[in-house]
Amino acid sequence: MAVDNDMVRNIAFLSRLSVKQDKLEETKQEFNKILAWVEELGEVNTDNVEPLVSVNNESLLLREDEVTAGQMSEKVLANAPAKEFGYFVVPKVVE
Amino acid sequence: MAEYIITTEKGKWEVICGLEIHCQIISKSKIFSGASTEFGDDVNENVSFVDAGMPGMLPTLNKECVHQAVKTGLGLNAVINKYSQFSRKNYFYADLPQGYQITQFEYPIVGEGAIDIDLSDGTSKIIRIERMHIEQDAGKSIHDMSPTKSFIDLNRAGVGLMEIVTKPDFRSPEEAGAFLKKLRSIVRYLGTCDGNMDEGSMRCDASISVRPVGSVELRPRAEVKNVNSVKFVMQAIEYEAKRQVELYEKGETMEQQTRQFDSVNGVTKFMRKKEFSNDYRYFPEPDLPPLILTDEFINKIKSELVELPDVKKARFVKDMGLTAYDAMVICENKETAEFFEKAAKGHDAKKVANWLMGDFFAMLNEKKLELKDSPVSAENLGALVELITTNVINGKTAKDVFAIMAETGDNPEKIVEEKGLKQVTDTSAIEKMIDDLLASATDNVAAYRGGKVGLFGWFVGQIMKQSQGKANPTLVNELLKKKLG
Amino acid sequence: MENLTNLTVNESLKKLKAKEISPIELTQAYIDKMADNAKYNAYVTQTAEQAIEAAKEAEKKYMNGTNRPLEGIALGIKDLFCTKGIRTTACSHIIDNFVPQYESTVTQNLLDDGAIFLGKLNLDEFAMGGSNETSCFGPVVNPWSKETKLVAGGSSGGSAAAVAAKMCAAATGTDTGGSIREPAAFCGVTGIKPTYGRCSRYGIVAFASSLDQAGPICKDVTDCALLLNSMASYDAKDSTSSKNEIPDFSSFIGKDIKGLKVGIPVEYRPDGLNAEVAEYWDKAADILKAAGAEVISINLPHTKYALPTYYVIAPAEASSNLARYDGVRYGNRVEGNGLDELYINTRTAGFGAEVKRRILIGTYVLSAGYYDAYYLKAQKVRRLIKNDFDEAFKKCDIILTPTSPIEPFAIGDTKMLENPINMYLNDVFTVSVNLAGLPAMSLPIGLSKNGLPFGMQLIGKAFDEGTIFKTAYQLERGANFVRM
Repeated sequence: MAVDNDMVRNIAFLSRLSVKQDKLEETKQEFNKILAWVEELGEVNTDNVEPLVSVNNESLLLREDEVTAGQMSEKVLANAPAKEFGYFVVPKVVE
Repeated sequence: MAEYIITTEKGKWEVICGLEIHCQIISKSKIFSGASTEFGDDVNENVSFVDAGMPGMLPTLNKECVHQAVKTGLGLNAVINKYSQFSRKNYFYADLPQGYQITQFEYPIVGEGAIDIDLSDGTSKIIRIERMHIEQDAGKSIHDMSPTKSFIDLNRAGVGLMEIVTKPDFRSPEEAGAFLKKLRSIVRYLGTCDGNMDEGSMRCDASISVRPVGSVELRPRAEVKNVNSVKFVMQAIEYEAKRQVELYEKGETMEQQTRQFDSVNGVTKFMRKKEFSNDYRYFPEPDLPPLILTDEFINKIKSELVELPDVKKARFVKDMGLTAYDAMVICENKETAEFFEKAAKGHDAKKVANWLMGDFFAMLNEKKLELKDSPVSAENLGALVELITTNVINGKTAKDVFAIMAETGDNPEKIVEEKGLKQVTDTSAIEKMIDDLLASATDNVAAYRGGKVGLFGWFVGQIMKQSQGKANPTLVNELLKKKLG
Repeated sequence: MENLTNLTVNESLKKLKAKEISPIELTQAYIDKMADNAKYNAYVTQTAEQAIEAAKEAEKKYMNGTNRPLEGIALGIKDLFCTKGIRTTACSHIIDNFVPQYESTVTQNLLDDGAIFLGKLNLDEFAMGGSNETSCFGPVVNPWSKETKLVAGGSSGGSAAAVAAKMCAAATGTDTGGSIREPAAFCGVTGIKPTYGRCSRYGIVAFASSLDQAGPICKDVTDCALLLNSMASYDAKDSTSSKNEIPDFSSFIGKDIKGLKVGIPVEYRPDGLNAEVAEYWDKAADILKAAGAEVISINLPHTKYALPTYYVIAPAEASSNLARYDGVRYGNRVEGNGLDELYINTRTAGFGAEVKRRILIGTYVLSAGYYDAYYLKAQKVRRLIKNDFDEAFKKCDIILTPTSPIEPFAIGDTKMLENPINMYLNDVFTVSVNLAGLPAMSLPIGLSKNGLPFGMQLIGKAFDEGTIFKTAYQLERGANFVRM
């Protein structure tokens, strides 16, 4: 199923990426090439097939409830491009 | 069952409401990381690399959070799903470090359930639970520290949450309020959430729609988000229902929408709709295999479950003769119920209940004390009631004794002994007092015998005064009647 | 000094233990060779000084007999592994300044065994690619290049090139759709992707969570066993880590393969297969027969759907895994008017074209209305692909295929550039393995008529790396490939 320019813009926003107006057509075409190829999957009969969710079938092991991390705000903030008073800083969000 | 109908000139409308409640899980560490869940610590101090969404970091599931969820599910009389899966809910926001929230979409850990709520008219109603799942909480954004910047604290990011979704069974604000109180009571009993809506450990979203009485259609809902008190939830439902009725009666329509509750003005407000609607692109969390619970695991939790409020309430009514209302009040809080049970052991339960809900709570309120810090112990309260029941002291003396108990923490027997407050039950002693009184108050005797029966109280009062309040009032009444004629 | 870098890890350890050579001179030899990096662009960060300091400590350990399994062995680390205090970039501008405050489990295991790190190795940006051309630090040049600069393969191009050019004794790589095996084949070295869950993913920058696996790239099969022994471990910090018992992989080296059933999948041999590749495939089968194995035909019926399945699942998981790169807590930030603009500006500037392409595809296949047709469908086909292998392994013990359908191509090859799918098609022999979570190794079989290396792939049953090691060892002996 081919996508149109609006869909590309929508997907781009959902991904928080911008696609320049002049690159929109190219992006859309690339997208469509890949999607057409992927569409071959439609040929496979998957009636009654369970999706593969866990490849090595391990069941989820549980962790004991102990405090084993934290108390290291310096390390957590060490790579932050913008920080103040111990907080991460972002442009003001208007609710 | 009282119906909540909005009646206007044009017609009658009923309210349909469902609730979504987020409860922070009580556990030492977060649901998918080993950082502490402690509230109020320094900024970004309870944050692990996993919580901060650092490259290469992976989630690990906290056993206690699973326990708490199963416990809560059992408390909701719900199905525990032995197979459940985690999912990613993808969206971008400053307080969501990974750019997705780990939650449960298709396969939640708890399925359908139901709980009873009691309404003020004495009836009860069953509210059905749709499902409950576990997920991570987001961090906190602070928007009012600067005009151009917002500040992010990730201490709360990753704390475990239980999300309970009810079916749209509510038909009035009262029902919603009763449910929230009941839910709060249950999670506090179980120790799975502290239920403090004002602190944010329990948050409620209400989905509200209206329809003409008699119709079965379901009209678009308004979802009122993040209301932080039971009272406000009830107000929000009331306001929103009326607003929708007005809208429809004007001939307008509405779309499904999200709203906020403005508690200052008591109104709901439309939340700005975003340009591109959020598509969460749920898919199974590849970093966590499915969660499989064994019957063993679930049964162990079942066997260790504390007695829940409804069961306790029923037992108090049946075995101890309490009224349903008294039982409900006492059982709302687990600590209160336990205190009561200790106090009532071996004593007159109804009397103990009255004392508890009356003088005892009044005392705590006045002294601004919590139950756990009460100067009067449960045993002593029971002992006090015992003294009344066995006629050692009378009701009025008991109040005085109680006051002293509250100050000193002493047991009532000791106080009665030391202050010589034992009730006078010696018939002959009282008779003598009465004889003396009648001999001296001849005018009043004559007036009484002449028809002024109201004077009886004066005679009683005099004997009580004479005996320094220690005479057994019943006996006084009896003997006075006999002697006065 | 120069020929010290010819030694394999196994040979080095023998000489180090016998005190014939010192870890300091060995490490220095590799550091000297790293001067060639300008030619190959294999290293993006070099840590020579720390390496020499570590070598001095290693020497002390050999002196007092407390040397550990890989003491003094100098490694290159793919720049996808978070190394504490050493810049880790995933070869992306978006985090080209990130210094982790924590160590990945795999690299910690190597450090605990006494290995020394020479630096961080180039890769396709966020491991997305098959030629190491998408790196923000520029492409890796295949040491086998002659007049034209050839690709080293990807995504672990830097790792394979560094090993081939003797700029490290061995290297770590990761493999999501062939990223250890394909560059190993292109550079004439040996690499193994173990069973999913063998090596911990904790601290490895995530690309596609259900497909990613770490593994070694080395000079030969014996070295791969030694490295994998150290890298593999159960890790409670990774919920997908396996508790399956880890054998001593070295114990399989030299074991005989008499009676071993080697499966050749019919679907991997279409009519159009490159003739040279087909010839080497036959040669490899003959070598194994000569060593006592039985070669049989098997079927993997859903083979043709493996690539589209992979190119739905991998981008989908990647689109979600890469959402954390937003300039708020780390990385290169580009400011904006408001939160969304900050995200859009940072991510658009920071990510390269291939990464952006895959994020968009991934977002699309997960989006409302398309999830069932694409992602859910792909997960179902994935199960069928895994079932194919389960069935095949009832008939055989190991599967033999070529690693790549083509020999190394030129950097900037126009055919590859004109359609992204052309690059994706190179993964045809390798992606099924990741989809099924199986172990697979690539080792060099011979040179093309252009003098460029071809690799053969051995695919094993889940957790049966042992059979791969013993088979590969026999194949290696028979092929007698001469390394650079």
